Amino acid sequence: MELTDLTISQIQQGLAKKQFSALDLTKAYLNRIGKRNKKILAILTLCEKSALSKAKEIDNLLLQGNSIPPLAGVPCVIKDNILVKGVKCTAGSKILENYIASYDASVVKLLKKQGAIILGKGNLDEFAIGSSGEHSAFGKTLNPCDLTRVPGGSSSGPVAAVADNLCAFALGSDTGGSIRLPASFCGVTGFKPTYGAVSRFGLMAMASSLDQIGPIAKTSYDAEIVFRAISEKDPYDSTSLGVAKENVSSLKNLCFGVPKEYFIKGIDKSVEKAIRNAIKKLEENGAKIKEISLPNTEYALAVYYIIMTSEVSANLARYDGIKYGYLKKEKTLINDYLETRGSGFGEEVRRRIMLGTYALSAGYYEAYYLKAQKVRTLIRRDFERAFQKVDMILTPVSPTLPFKIGEKMNDPLSMYLSDIFTVPLNLAGLPGISIPIGKEKGLPIGIQMIGKEFSDYKILKAAQVAEKIWM
Amino acid sequence: MINKQEVTHIASLARIGMSQKELKKIQKDMSSILNYFDLLKKVNVSQVNPTSHSVLVENIMREDEKKERNIDFANKLVEAAPQRKARYIKVKSVF
Repeated sequence: MELTDLTISQIQQGLAKKQFSALDLTKAYLNRIGKRNKKILAILTLCEKSALSKAKEIDNLLLQGNSIPPLAGVPCVIKDNILVKGVKCTAGSKILENYIASYDASVVKLLKKQGAIILGKGNLDEFAIGSSGEHSAFGKTLNPCDLTRVPGGSSSGPVAAVADNLCAFALGSDTGGSIRLPASFCGVTGFKPTYGAVSRFGLMAMASSLDQIGPIAKTSYDAEIVFRAISEKDPYDSTSLGVAKENVSSLKNLCFGVPKEYFIKGIDKSVEKAIRNAIKKLEENGAKIKEISLPNTEYALAVYYIIMTSEVSANLARYDGIKYGYLKKEKTLINDYLETRGSGFGEEVRRRIMLGTYALSAGYYEAYYLKAQKVRTLIRRDFERAFQKVDMILTPVSPTLPFKIGEKMNDPLSMYLSDIFTVPLNLAGLPGISIPIGKEKGLPIGIQMIGKEFSDYKILKAAQVAEKIWM
Repeated sequence: MINKQEVTHIASLARIGMSQKELKKIQKDMSSILNYFDLLKKVNVSQVNPTSHSVLVENIMREDEKKERNIDFANKLVEAAPQRKARYIKVKSVF
C-alpha cells in the first residue's frame, strides 16, 4: 500500500504510531501530483513550499510528544473559488487569472487551525458554473477512472484529486450538485451540508441562496471528520448556523424513502439497476424501505436554473475590470465594462449571466424569478411532507454514467439535465451525500442519501453503516 | 423565441460585449432554455408564498463597534485593482 492510498483515519493512526512522518506523507503526495497532474489537470496552483514547511511543523509537534488536532498533517486540496491567503485564486476564470487572495476563507482558517496541509487549489468549471469540469479557462480536468470522460463538475479538480490519490481529502462547493455529481462520476464520497452548516465567508459567491461548502473524501467517515472541523457558526456569515450532533449506529429502525419521480424515462438502465440493487441490500440488512412521492420534482430543474442564473447575474456584476485583476482597457468606461466582461468571462458564464439578467429584467421578473421562488416553496413542502413518513431519502445522483469529453458541450440544455437529481436539495437547503456503490463497465455509480435540515451527522453516520453493506 | 433586439438589450444591461455571431448563437441557446422554463406555466401557485432563503434564519444583530484590522489587509485589497494611484483605485470619469 502506498502512503497516498491512505484514508484520513489511517493517516491519523500512522502518524501517532510514527509509521511515517508528516513530511514523508506530504512529499509522497507532491511526488504523485508531479507525475499525474499534467494528465488530469486536477490542480491549478501548487503550494509546495508552505505545505512542506507546515509538515515539518507538525513533525516537530509530534517529536516533542504534543497531542495534535485530528487533521494535523493531513494533505488536502481546496477548490479554487475558496480563498487561501497569499495564494492565487482564479475561480477557473480569465477575469481573475492574477488575483491573489488577501485573506483566508473561514473554512480555510479552521483547516489550518486543525493542522491540515494545503497542497494546492483545485480546478473547477469557471466560477463553479458547469456540470462537467470542461468550463475552466485553464483547461479541462479528466476523470481519473477513464481519461476520455468528464469527472463531472463543478468541483472537478478537488474530486479528481481525491479519486486519483493526489490528496487525502478536498473542499468543494455545491450550488446544484457540484460536490455530489463529480463524486458520483469519480467514485468518491461527496457531502453537501445543510445550508448554513458551514460558513461561506471567503467562498466566491455564485448563487448565494444555494451555495454551500462541503467535504470530498475517500470514505464517509473521513467526510465526517472534515465536516466536524469546518462546521462552525461564523460571525462573518450571517446565514451560518450551528448543527447539533446526532448518532446512528444501526439501520434497524431507519426508514428510507424512495421517490418514484426519480426513476424517470431517460435514466440509464445500468444506473437504475445499480441503485435498485443497493436499496435492496439495505432492506436485506434491516432497513425499512418505503416508496414515496415528491410530486413537484419535475419542476425543480427549471426553478433551479431561473433562481441560480438570476443570483449569478447579480453576484458576478462585481467583476467589472475595476476591483479585481483583469482589465481590457478601452476609451470609455462603458466599453471597459463591455470588453472586460465580454472577453474575461467564458461562454457558459456569459450565457448564465444573460439568462439571469433576462429573468430579472422589467416585464419578466414575475413570470420567471417570482414564479420560480413560489414553486421553490412547493418543492420544499414536498420534502417536509416526505420527512413526516421517512427518516431519509435515497435517489440516484446522476441519470447517466460519466459522459465523454465534449459530448454535451454544444447543447447546454442537455448538460443542465445532468443536475436533475441534485438541484432539489439545494432549493430546499437540505443535506445530501453521494456514496459510491459500484461500477458499470469500469465507470463509477453513486447513490444520493438526503436528510432533513440539520440532520448532517445522522446522514454521515447512516452513510458509514450503509457503505459497509455496499462495499 | 426571444428576438435579436431583446438579446442585444439584455447584453447591454449585463455589460457583456458580444459580436454579431455570438449574439446569434446566444439567441438560439437562450430560446431553447427559456422554452424549457415554460414548464412552470402549468404550476398553480396562486396561494403560495415565495421562498428566497431555504433555511429560516432571523436577522442576526451585533454591536455597532469598530474592529481593528491590520493596515496591510486594506492595502492588499486595494492592490487587487488593476489601476491604482497611491492607495486609491483609479477609474475613468463617469460623465
